[in-house]
Amino acid sequence: MGESDLILKDVRITRQGAPLIALDCRIGPGEVVTVMGESGVGKSTLLSFIAGFLPPAFEAEGRVLLAGRDITALPAHARRIGLLFQDDLLFPHMSVIENLMFAVPQGVKRATRRDLAGKALADVALDGLEDRDPASLSGGQRARVALMRVLLSEPKALLLDEPFSKLDAGLRDQIRRLVFAKARERRLPVLLVTHDARDAEAAGGPIVTLQVSQTNLPK
Amino acid sequence: MTGQAGKPGLALQLAPGLTVVLLILPVVAGLSGAALPAFGYLPVLGGEHFSLDPWRMLMAQPGIWRSAIFSYLTALAATALSLGLVLGFIGAWSETRLFALMHRALSPLLSVPHAAAAFALAFLIAPSGWIMRLLSPWATGFDRPPDILILHDPLGLSMIAGLVAKEAPFLFLMTLAALPQTQVRRHMQVAASFGYGRLAGFFKVALPQIYPQIRLPVLAVIAYSSSVVDVAMILGPTLPAPLAVQLTHWMRDPDLAMRFAASAGALLQVGVTAAAILTWLAGERLARLLHQRWRVDGGRMAADGAARAGLAAATLILIAAMGLGLVGLVLWSVAGFWPFPASLPPAVSLKTWASALPQLSGPTGTTLWLGLAATLAALVLTIACLEREVRTGRRPHRAALGLIYVPLLVPQVAFLFGLQFLLIAMGLGTSGGALAFTHFLFVLPYVFLSLGDPWRAWDPRYAQIASGLGAGQWRIFWRVRLPMLLAPVLTAAAVGFAVSVGQYLPTLLIGGGRFATLTTEAVALASGGSRRIIAVYALLQMALPLAGFVLATTLPAMLFRNRRDMRPGHG
Repeated sequence: MGESDLILKDVRITRQGAPLIALDCRIGPGEVVTVMGESGVGKSTLLSFIAGFLPPAFEAEGRVLLAGRDITALPAHARRIGLLFQDDLLFPHMSVIENLMFAVPQGVKRATRRDLAGKALADVALDGLEDRDPASLSGGQRARVALMRVLLSEPKALLLDEPFSKLDAGLRDQIRRLVFAKARERRLPVLLVTHDARDAEAAGGPIVTLQVSQTNLPK
Repeated sequence: MTGQAGKPGLALQLAPGLTVVLLILPVVAGLSGAALPAFGYLPVLGGEHFSLDPWRMLMAQPGIWRSAIFSYLTALAATALSLGLVLGFIGAWSETRLFALMHRALSPLLSVPHAAAAFALAFLIAPSGWIMRLLSPWATGFDRPPDILILHDPLGLSMIAGLVAKEAPFLFLMTLAALPQTQVRRHMQVAASFGYGRLAGFFKVALPQIYPQIRLPVLAVIAYSSSVVDVAMILGPTLPAPLAVQLTHWMRDPDLAMRFAASAGALLQVGVTAAAILTWLAGERLARLLHQRWRVDGGRMAADGAARAGLAAATLILIAAMGLGLVGLVLWSVAGFWPFPASLPPAVSLKTWASALPQLSGPTGTTLWLGLAATLAALVLTIACLEREVRTGRRPHRAALGLIYVPLLVPQVAFLFGLQFLLIAMGLGTSGGALAFTHFLFVLPYVFLSLGDPWRAWDPRYAQIASGLGAGQWRIFWRVRLPMLLAPVLTAAAVGFAVSVGQYLPTLLIGGGRFATLTTEAVALASGGSRRIIAVYALLQMALPLAGFVLATTLPAMLFRNRRDMRPGHG
């Protein structure tokens, strides 16, 4: 239990008064908490609340604390929470290196930005692909670029929304290990949302199972 | 971006309200500006007491009722024909190779200004036009142009044809835009599996889902056709001319008393347009009633081959007519002496172009700056509204979106006249700014309609990723959203620019004759001008919007030539 925990305090999300999600948990540095549940229980809604873009149709109570700071009221870009989705969402109009440079924090000089981005690329054995079109990369390469992009932005926590579900079976294992290793290396608290039991197994942390709440069932 | 992602700034919060005010206020003000003089009140011109004299004067005009009824009927006929052709063609041929081919041919027609399309048609079908030349003398026996009234025919057939040629492409693209938003494709496959023919499947199952989404565009076509001036001047009857043409003449009549009658006429025009729209709405109810019985009668109409062939032929004729018409314009612009029945001019030269060039630069410049100013303003306001929408996650109410159509549903001629009075009273007179503003009124709805769907369809997770990387709202806008949406933004700009280039009446009335554009010049030449000069003007009038569309497609392709997922049809 330390300074850099991600803490969800009495988080309750409702839609038009109907309860959807209730969660209270603490994620330590380097720890992965897996949230599981059927599709439609609102796993992604939980992530959008923590990251700061809950759609207006929902209401939320509770607080989100990160590194000892209450970030519940902060705008999304000031929360320093990195995201990975099932699509890599590399910006299609930027080259690989531009995608990475976009993530380097503000105020870092241009030459240094390029340097950092290049090192990140080399770190996952993708050096030489700097000026490539992201669309020309393989699925595994794109996943690695997306991972390094989010790490370059120096997040204080990671939210993963089924990030491995679109990868081929062989690749999935490899990327999964890479993501968890990098998160542990940087001692980032990680919240993983998935419906794949093998993700939870590989994460090796506590598992929270969300139930479809009664009021949420179709009538 | 939604929710706590940061509240949009004040400017963005105000954008939708500002847009509505900017669109609605001039229309309301313009209508009131016509209503007062219609009842005799206009102190500037000596009308200090309310009276019904303007109406008496209006009713005393020869053929006034014929004009009004003509406008009412042509609007309904042109709209029904355009819509019928478009729906029939889409129903019969969608997802075939022929369809893809026609789609590619129809889209550019949208950028052709109304006046240019009308001229192209006129030069094609006139007694001394290209069709007659191609058929003479071997088939017709004519060795000089026959003395028959084709253009300006009293039934308005050529005017209706001219309107269909322009409105069908518009409705075609609006319908195509509505298709992917519904489950139409799969529903039609289901119908086909039950043994329904293509047309039956489309009209029984798909149409009820699509129609609500194209209803406002259809009503806009009715309003436009019932009050069009430039096409009516080029192709419509003259004795009497359609109501809007008469009004335009009276509004510019040196006898100031006629302006009172014109004001009353403006209100009559509102009545004519409203009557046409109400008739259409009544027709919709009737159609719905009949449709309810028809769709469950089990009729498969499986043998619809002849109907489908007919629809393909009709569409082909429309496209071929416009294509031939445009070639005809080019020929006329370079023709020297071109005696009748020769199919081709015996000699071609650039003499007409060379001699017209000195007079062309002024109108071309005016057309350009008006179009660019109106488009830029419309683009900024549209993007501000859409940015607010994606940042707050709140979609505007359907009714608010309907307000965008107001300038397209109220006849131009009815409120521009009143607006002109008001602008003069306010001391803004016939300034370039006032003129650009009126262009903006008609440009904005099209820019908004063009950009709305792609902006809303953009994957919001890109913005979520970017803010997770620490980018603020404006950085996301400039670095991610705007570049990724560059192609639709430029297309919307090209659409807006084309709309501005095509404006005739606003330039004539609000510009007070002080601003000549390619469109006003070309239409002014319509009666009695030389075909060669008209062709030059019409071609140039067409070339500007075309250049806009070419730029809108090549610029993103060039900028993102090494980015495969930025190519059209992706993402």
